[in-house]
Amino acid sequence: MINLNRRRFVQVAGAAATLPLIGRQAFAADPLKIGFIYVGPINDGGWNTAHEAGRQQMLKALGDKVTSIYVENVPEGPDAERVLRDLAQQGCKLLFATSFGFMDSAMKVAKQFPDIKMEMCTGFKKAPNVANYNIRFHEGRSVIGTIAGHLSKTGVGGYLATFPVPEVVSGINSFQLAAQAVNPKFRTKVIWINTWFDPAKEADAARALIDQGCDVMTQHTDSPAAVQLCEQKGIPTFGQGADQSKYAPKMCKTSTEDEWGPFYTQSAQAVLDGNWKPEDEYWGMKEGAIQMAPISNVPDDVKAAGDKIIAGWKDGTYNVYAGPIKDQKGNEKVAAGKALTFDEILGMNWLVDGVDGTLS
Amino acid sequence: MSIEYVIAVFITVVGASTPILFAGLGELVTEKAGVLNLGVEGMMLIGAIAGFATVDLTGNPWLAVVVAAACAAASSLIFAFLTLTLSANQVATGLALTIFGTGLSSLIGRSFSGRAIHTFDTVFPDALSKQPYLKVIFGYSPMVYLSFIMVILVAWFLSRTRGGLILRAVGENDLSAHSIGYSVTGVRYAAIAFGGAMAGIGGAYFPLVLTPNWAEGLTGGRGWIAIALVVFAGWRPYWLLGGAYFFGLLGTLELYAKASGASWTSILPSEMWAALPYLATVVVLAVISVSKSAGGNAPACLGKPFIPST
Amino acid sequence: MRFKLEKRAEPSRFMLYATPFGSVLVTMIVGAIIFSIIGYDGLGAVREVFLTPILNPLKWQEVAMKASPLILIGVGLAVGNRASIWNIGAEGQYVAGALAGTGVGLLTQNATGPWILPLMFAAGLAGGAAWGAIPAWLRTRFNVNETLSSLMMSYVAIHMMNYFVTGPWKDPTGFSFPQTPLVTADQTMPILIPGTLVDYGILFTLIIAVLMWVLMSRSVFGFQVRVVGSAPNAARHGGFSQKHTIWLVFLISGGLAGLAGIFQVTGPFGQMSLGFPQNYGFTAIIVAFLGRLNPLGVIAAGIVLAITYVGGDIAQTALQLPNASKGIFQAMMLFFLLASDILIRYRVRIVGTAPTPAAEVAKGAA
Repeated sequence: MINLNRRRFVQVAGAAATLPLIGRQAFAADPLKIGFIYVGPINDGGWNTAHEAGRQQMLKALGDKVTSIYVENVPEGPDAERVLRDLAQQGCKLLFATSFGFMDSAMKVAKQFPDIKMEMCTGFKKAPNVANYNIRFHEGRSVIGTIAGHLSKTGVGGYLATFPVPEVVSGINSFQLAAQAVNPKFRTKVIWINTWFDPAKEADAARALIDQGCDVMTQHTDSPAAVQLCEQKGIPTFGQGADQSKYAPKMCKTSTEDEWGPFYTQSAQAVLDGNWKPEDEYWGMKEGAIQMAPISNVPDDVKAAGDKIIAGWKDGTYNVYAGPIKDQKGNEKVAAGKALTFDEILGMNWLVDGVDGTLS
Repeated sequence: MSIEYVIAVFITVVGASTPILFAGLGELVTEKAGVLNLGVEGMMLIGAIAGFATVDLTGNPWLAVVVAAACAAASSLIFAFLTLTLSANQVATGLALTIFGTGLSSLIGRSFSGRAIHTFDTVFPDALSKQPYLKVIFGYSPMVYLSFIMVILVAWFLSRTRGGLILRAVGENDLSAHSIGYSVTGVRYAAIAFGGAMAGIGGAYFPLVLTPNWAEGLTGGRGWIAIALVVFAGWRPYWLLGGAYFFGLLGTLELYAKASGASWTSILPSEMWAALPYLATVVVLAVISVSKSAGGNAPACLGKPFIPST
Repeated sequence: MRFKLEKRAEPSRFMLYATPFGSVLVTMIVGAIIFSIIGYDGLGAVREVFLTPILNPLKWQEVAMKASPLILIGVGLAVGNRASIWNIGAEGQYVAGALAGTGVGLLTQNATGPWILPLMFAAGLAGGAAWGAIPAWLRTRFNVNETLSSLMMSYVAIHMMNYFVTGPWKDPTGFSFPQTPLVTADQTMPILIPGTLVDYGILFTLIIAVLMWVLMSRSVFGFQVRVVGSAPNAARHGGFSQKHTIWLVFLISGGLAGLAGIFQVTGPFGQMSLGFPQNYGFTAIIVAFLGRLNPLGVIAAGIVLAITYVGGDIAQTALQLPNASKGIFQAMMLFFLLASDILIRYRVRIVGTAPTPAAEVAKGAA
């Protein structure tokens, strides 16, 4: 059995922990080591594929000033903590945790390693060396909602949702509000499948929604299973995270494309320049963080309507969250002439009127 | 609740039930010969990736079915060698096979992630398979019809052929079968290989029919359901068919309950709908284990190694 | 020249203890070869998976924390398997115990005092034991195969957990994410070695393991379990009730699994979430086997498996070895162990050409 007492353990651990520092002083011009953890496989064709693409863009932009490691399929929980810790111990000075469920693990590791910078994707907790970064996904969802509103004959849209976290809730609300602007009677049915990635379950849930009368579908899951199902069934649908039209050439009308590259490059550059700040970033179409894949296979007027929304976000003339907005219970959440603030969007935990489904 | 809605639900249930029917049939034969193979989930995953890879590389879904069956059968032979020739513990070996199959399929699947494949066309002409009402009978992929044929074949084999009789004898009383001159080990090898092949086909159903792409852990634990199914069905093939659809229905209900928000579905929280098949199995286990006269008990030698007393 | 298996007069004790080591060694060799063939750095893979966690002191705490639940559950399973009782449902008992303990934790959220944590542990133990009682009851009352019933109950437990975590026990301040509130300070397992992650859980685990070893090797109960396992008829004659043994075995293994569950909630996890089930209940079966069903062996085996988990992560970050390799190494170890089991009962002999009658007579006379 290992014979260990506290003092010896701390001595050895402490000595080992200083090794990277010694190494660093000897080689001052070492490239910045950056770590990424992904909640799913980089080949999922959606969320994680987009993050990996962003990482590659960052590497190309910064050349040999940086090196990076990525770990995919990291389960949320103590395993994520262990992987982040391992990355930090391997010398990473900047870490990106790319899913909401990593937040608590990231906070713990950030506390243990005060000299590294931790970037949490779609998180909200704060610390001196932690910053959150997010994309205004609702901008993309409003384009989708507009097109859905035009295309739907039954006036019922299906939304395959995952966890009722603000990013997903905001997507649903934005979709409904935009579709409602085109068709005041539009309704959205939501199913929560409580997983980011489970193709068989996603396909089944999509089927269930279609059987309930939805004739347009969108989803917030990480795989293209629902999109493929819609192609089979002839239901207009939309991709998320990356251009998913290759999975549904006729039915996928457009996709929200997450562009993480510019942000990753900026963040790494800040660390290199020594002026990284623990400030939250929340980018949208204007900053080029989210783009729409070309709108295709729809009548010209529908395409024009979609393009108009995109232009509206870019020049600031359109905001899907401009009042008046009511929630499911009929309370007015946003008055006419006002709009939701970023913080309100980031903490969104209520559904708008017109959405069928509860928050669990 | 319109007739179209019922048809739509039924079609989904068929899709959910077919893979566990295949895997369950295979495990039924294996267990009838006296062997408990808990590696079904691993074998299904091996079949799934083998099938997916074959279609991606050759474009031929039928070849994919054959390759899936062969690969899964090959993996089951590792189990067979360990448990039959080396007399290793069946439970532990089956678990090892599950872990191995899961890991191996993930490893190979990495090269195939994110690719979409072409799958089966429907068997019957469009006039039948796409007709709003008749599609409930004619609108399925060939693998569904294959599953029905397999149920009939397995039932006929077990109850009406000499081979089936020998297999059952080996499962009920291996020492007697051995003394009459039958090769207990040989029969069990064959039964295990068949179980593997069927699990492979069941696994291949996922990427070939349900969701035409590859994802790790695609089968989502259906292999364990197949094992439960065999017990639930009392080791009888036609009951297995019913049981597979019962399980498929319960699993589908969970999602439809969430989607429709219909009041009758909220007698149970949606998560508990998902637990129903397992609870039902336990209840059925209790009922059939108590009443010997109900028939269809576990084969007497299930899980026990064969030790000839020579 | 061929190989012949010859039954030994007595099971070889040497092989009993050598084969676990042998199977780990063979796994390392075969694993290195296989991964090299498919294009990865085979030697590097084996080094990162098996050696780095031992050689890098920073990793010891990770190994200890990962080994803790595996050992605790494994010890309980080892007792059961000795009695030829196959509890496959340890995962469900682990979750049920964690749920019971979490329930107590939620009730005592606003309370303080050193009595809270022991109460949660007791609840975890009771919850796991209660869940284990179900297959025990089904076996003794209805003669239901406990392997199958315990496995089914595992799934029921996980779905039950999903219900609580997505519904009544969801953290109201957690932005609707399906997880329970974090444990309070009084509900957190204290750290054993300051400055590390190593908490008292591993200490309790080791104490329990040693106690179980004493129980199994030196007490009447231990004797009873072993006799019931290897010679049920003799056991009956000796007055050992099989039913009694079944109940005790399930209560013990279920209780220990449940205790492991609450240790994880109050320790590394800090809460329950959808990702809580980590398949420890199934991996512990491998641990029990690798440890030759002996609690002390289980300690060693638990450490070995923990090393492969931690090493697997290191291999992923250092060599970009896929996540899946962990499972392949673990399965290989078990396959080789199970394959080598036969060497305990049989000896391998190299046999020359078939002896002629004259040679036989000559041998007999010599």
